[in-house]
Amino acid sequence: MSHPFEAQLAHIRETLLLMSTLTDRNLSLAVRAVTERDDQLADQVEETDSEIDRLEVMVDDLVVTYMSTHGPMARDSRLMLIASKISGNLERIADQATTIARRARKLNQEPRLVEVTEIPVMAEMAQRLLHEAITSFVEARYELAQNIIPQDKEIDELNRRIAAKLIALMIENPENVTRSVHLMIIAKAIERAADHVQNIAEEVFYLYKGEDIRHEGA
Amino acid sequence: MDKPRLVTPPKVDPNIAIEVDELDFFYGDFHALHAVDLRIPAHKVTAFIGPSGCGKSTLLRCFNRMNDLVPVARIGHGSIRVHGTDIHGPNVDPIELRKRVGMVFQKSNPFPKSIYENVVYGLRIQGRAKRDELDEVVERALRQAALWDEVKDRLHESGLGLSGGQQQRLCIARTIAVEPEIILMDEPCSALDPIATSKVEELIFELKKQYTIVIVTHNMQQAGRCSDLTAFFYLGKLIEIGATEKIFTNPREKQTEDYITGRFG
Repeated sequence: MSHPFEAQLAHIRETLLLMSTLTDRNLSLAVRAVTERDDQLADQVEETDSEIDRLEVMVDDLVVTYMSTHGPMARDSRLMLIASKISGNLERIADQATTIARRARKLNQEPRLVEVTEIPVMAEMAQRLLHEAITSFVEARYELAQNIIPQDKEIDELNRRIAAKLIALMIENPENVTRSVHLMIIAKAIERAADHVQNIAEEVFYLYKGEDIRHEGA
Repeated sequence: MDKPRLVTPPKVDPNIAIEVDELDFFYGDFHALHAVDLRIPAHKVTAFIGPSGCGKSTLLRCFNRMNDLVPVARIGHGSIRVHGTDIHGPNVDPIELRKRVGMVFQKSNPFPKSIYENVVYGLRIQGRAKRDELDEVVERALRQAALWDEVKDRLHESGLGLSGGQQQRLCIARTIAVEPEIILMDEPCSALDPIATSKVEELIFELKKQYTIVIVTHNMQQAGRCSDLTAFFYLGKLIEIGATEKIFTNPREKQTEDYITGRFG
């Protein structure tokens, strides 16, 4: 028989999981809105964003209530801290998805700029890392979380390559400027989303291993 | 004739107040403590935690040989040294030991005497009766116990007229009046309200500058707030001891984690 407090902890985890699922879906829809040039997908992203915001507030509320009533210790106290941080990072990933969706709508009014093939690659990688971060949280796999962290650098590098390519396109032909700026902002949003995934991975590692690995390379 | 050998006395680490080596303790046939190895640092607060019957109070009472008063209690093996002295050595008088290692109990137990006489009780037993000296000790002990301002105008009223929290601080004043090196506290706040508990906890923080404190508590938050080190006991065994912040954030042993997070059993 499990203790009643286990149900409250499970409620916090389940709320985070729901938030993760919606954020993952929004990032995926936002990228598809760009690649498939579909405004309706962009609309769906914006509609769901307020639900993710609501869940962020709910997670913090559940955490404060649990801390005030139960005085959690050890891994439970770490769960309180990281639940709030993970929900904050998920909310920011969702914000980046909204940015991508808004730019997609503008981009969809312009002719397609076929030369930038790295953006779908970068987006796919960011989404894969987000899936892995969520899996590491759900399945308590801190090694999986740890493996995510160095991969963020590959996304940073892809973003640099995309930016260089877009600058070259803008220099080459001023008609490319508007589209290139939108794409540059989209690439930067994906890169920022991946930074938040890295934060989540570090938080999951701290939750299960009890070691803070932030700023280790600093 | 052999040359007399120069015997070097064992080195005493001034930073260690109590050393427990391989201690086995029994109540009759019941094996209450199993091979406990422990170092209690001086001028720190060490908290003993664990479920009821785990042996933490038994070990605490070993430190000033209070268990000698229990007929069936006996040490099976091992030793306890207080500042380097084996407390079961042939020249150790338990009464003298208890002056060096004072104790505060779960329930405040002032004598049915005045506040003044409660504080000087230990000194009177020692034959110290000079009024000036006693007055000085009373003020010092009550100030150290953070009780002076509350009782200075009624020192000759009964100690039993004080509130529960004040009575417990009076007992602490009585303990420190004889200037012990170590103070043992067996759940000193379990009968107190949160305000009185907070006062005793503040007092513990002040007292550790001068004394070594070992506290048994069932209150995890109290152990977390008051102590520098925490030791977790289970079924008569010391499972883990470490810095309090480590024990309460990321303990090494699963049993410790399960206990402090309330998942035990």
